[in-house]
Amino acid sequence: MDNADRTEHSFLHIQENGVLMSKPSFKDLHLTENFGHSLKAVSFQMKAETTDEIQDILHESKKNGIPITVRGAGRSYNDIAMNGGGFILNLQAVNRILEWNPDSGIIRCEPGVTLEKLWQKVLPDGWWPPVVSGTMTTTLGGCLGVNIHGKNNYKAGTIGEHVLEFSALLPTGDEVRCTPELNKDLFYAMIGGMGILGIFTSITLQMKRMHSGLLNIKAWNVANMETHIQAIDDHKDADYIVGWMDCTARGSKMGRGQIHQATYVEDDGLESSQSLQVDFQTLPSRFFGLVPKSLLHYFMTPFMNNFGTRMVNTAKYLVGRTKTYQQSHAAFHFLLDYVPDWELGYGRYGLIQYQSFIPKETTLETWREMIDLSQKSRLPSYLGVTKRHRPDAFLLSHAVDGFSLAMDFKVTRHNRKDLSAMLQAFDRMVLEAGGRFYFAKNSETLPETARSFLGDEAIQLFRKLKEKCDPDNLLESDLYRRVFKNA
Amino acid sequence: MVDNVDKQFPPSTPLTQRKCAILVGASSGIGAALARRLASKGYRLALLSRRSELLSTLCEEINKDAGEVLALYYEHDVTDGDSVPGLLTTILADMGNLDLFVYNAGISQMVGLKKYDFVKDRRTMEVNLVGALAWLNPVAAMFQQLRSGQIVGISSVAGDRGRVGNPSYNASKAALSSYLESLRNRLTRHGVNVLTVKPGFVETDLLAGAKKTFLVISPEQAADEIYKAISKHKQVVYIPTLWRWIMLIVRNIPSFIFRRMVF
Repeated sequence: MDNADRTEHSFLHIQENGVLMSKPSFKDLHLTENFGHSLKAVSFQMKAETTDEIQDILHESKKNGIPITVRGAGRSYNDIAMNGGGFILNLQAVNRILEWNPDSGIIRCEPGVTLEKLWQKVLPDGWWPPVVSGTMTTTLGGCLGVNIHGKNNYKAGTIGEHVLEFSALLPTGDEVRCTPELNKDLFYAMIGGMGILGIFTSITLQMKRMHSGLLNIKAWNVANMETHIQAIDDHKDADYIVGWMDCTARGSKMGRGQIHQATYVEDDGLESSQSLQVDFQTLPSRFFGLVPKSLLHYFMTPFMNNFGTRMVNTAKYLVGRTKTYQQSHAAFHFLLDYVPDWELGYGRYGLIQYQSFIPKETTLETWREMIDLSQKSRLPSYLGVTKRHRPDAFLLSHAVDGFSLAMDFKVTRHNRKDLSAMLQAFDRMVLEAGGRFYFAKNSETLPETARSFLGDEAIQLFRKLKEKCDPDNLLESDLYRRVFKNA
Repeated sequence: MVDNVDKQFPPSTPLTQRKCAILVGASSGIGAALARRLASKGYRLALLSRRSELLSTLCEEINKDAGEVLALYYEHDVTDGDSVPGLLTTILADMGNLDLFVYNAGISQMVGLKKYDFVKDRRTMEVNLVGALAWLNPVAAMFQQLRSGQIVGISSVAGDRGRVGNPSYNASKAALSSYLESLRNRLTRHGVNVLTVKPGFVETDLLAGAKKTFLVISPEQAADEIYKAISKHKQVVYIPTLWRWIMLIVRNIPSFIFRRMVF
């Protein structure tokens, strides 16, 4: 560290609606949190609405030697959009839809456009985003930064596979245009590149044709781990497949849960594409028509402990029956939005989500080993979600030909150390099984873990691109410093 | 400014993040002892003082004992108030967080009973009081905004009464105690704790010029007591505790007696 060139400071004074260079104000420091409210960092928060404003902030960052983290909706479970002591540049306001062609299904957006804004724009014309996350509040910039996957990863790949083109502003001041052919290396590195190579300024995506706003759903229970894995694997013909796993069940019941598969509806029999309208899709704001959903998380809190969740998980499994029904896209995909602020139900210290991707050959034993360890450590996962995946061509890819298990863990005042140790033990099991990780989730990944699953070659290539795009290290995040910078 | 060549804090994983503290006036005495104490409790430290050689040795010692970089040092003269916002920002960027701020910088310049020395008095006020204002204002603004954090000001029993021996020192510490009380009244409602520490005689450089001393404790003992007070989120502590009762008596000595006393 060289403090010598940091003695002269000219500071940003951040105003309500933009950035004004003037004097420092420590009142502009704010706590940034991860989505689970379990991690906190102090940062100078600012926002920009134009490329010029972003350029100004990059300039200030360089002058002061203080790094920037670009942030969207802040829905990552780890510290990828956090920057202790640095600048947080929020790009949510850069959210115009620049071009939409309802004939070809090609849309060009600014990075702050959320999946919500995107689907609401395209669905009435008979299109749907080809890949969506479990919440619609994420921004496209964030989605590309971590290269999100959906419940159709085994079929449709990650969102990056549907990007036709993007433009980005590099910290050097250059603007680049990337497609799978043009600036190919940057295309495959910036998507999934954690937002530290450059800042997306526009993103062009191909939407998927829809004939109905409904999906045919089939749900059924699975009694144990083998049948759980088998069920997901056997139904790869479906357009979407997702499993819920009761991670509190032990012994022969370990791995029991419920599978939901969904297929597109070709003709829903409704008049004039009624199901494609936004109003048709919108989730009800009240539960049973009575309780406002915004209050629901208060009712969750009493059950969010080891005993309570065991009861809830068991009850959920026992009432689960085989059934088929139709559901709107929004209701099926955006489960996390079904209960607003559900993450607050985890209490004051929040939650951490851990997700690992394991090759199909080693999934069974590894999942058993992980769940067994969590139960023995008395740190069971309160929610387990399983999916099927396939590999992709992105440099820092998380996907494998196998399965993923996402587990939510409650963080308490006293369990942080034990939880961290357990998650790192999980990392070792996953590595041994030939698995990979996803940079929007796990918070405890060590540099050696990243090196091990990405391989030296990918990391060297990423480093070279970083040096080329950002020689002054203006774009950094807590995650990047922790896992990559000194690794 | 002397830099800590090629050193930086090793990143910790978020769930096991270390607490972070800034100590102003950390090169010797209570500051150095408190730095060692906090480091032994796993704190990540930014140590500040004019005397960078002493800080460098202290950092080396702390980091060697810890087996990792726990402490970084920054050369800083507290009378240079204009440099504070910049330096605070740099430290924040280096540490990534701030949980505890300790203002320990202080000097005592004895003047004879018949002497009045404005140059010395001004310096005393600049170091003991104005420097504290330069640091505590931005830190208080930040903690108020964040609704968390703890501020510790090392004042002195000397601030409880104006004595004949060292008027400007007494005045500076009285003002510091009063300022810290105001901060406490402002910040407690925002979830920020402000601790005023009032040590008696501690075996430090400041004590070298003092003639009559009693109940002298070592800086390490003082640091232990301060650490306990920090952990318990106390508001005002006398060190050692006996001083609370001594000062209760001293504060209540009527003026017509006190002004005839020489100490």
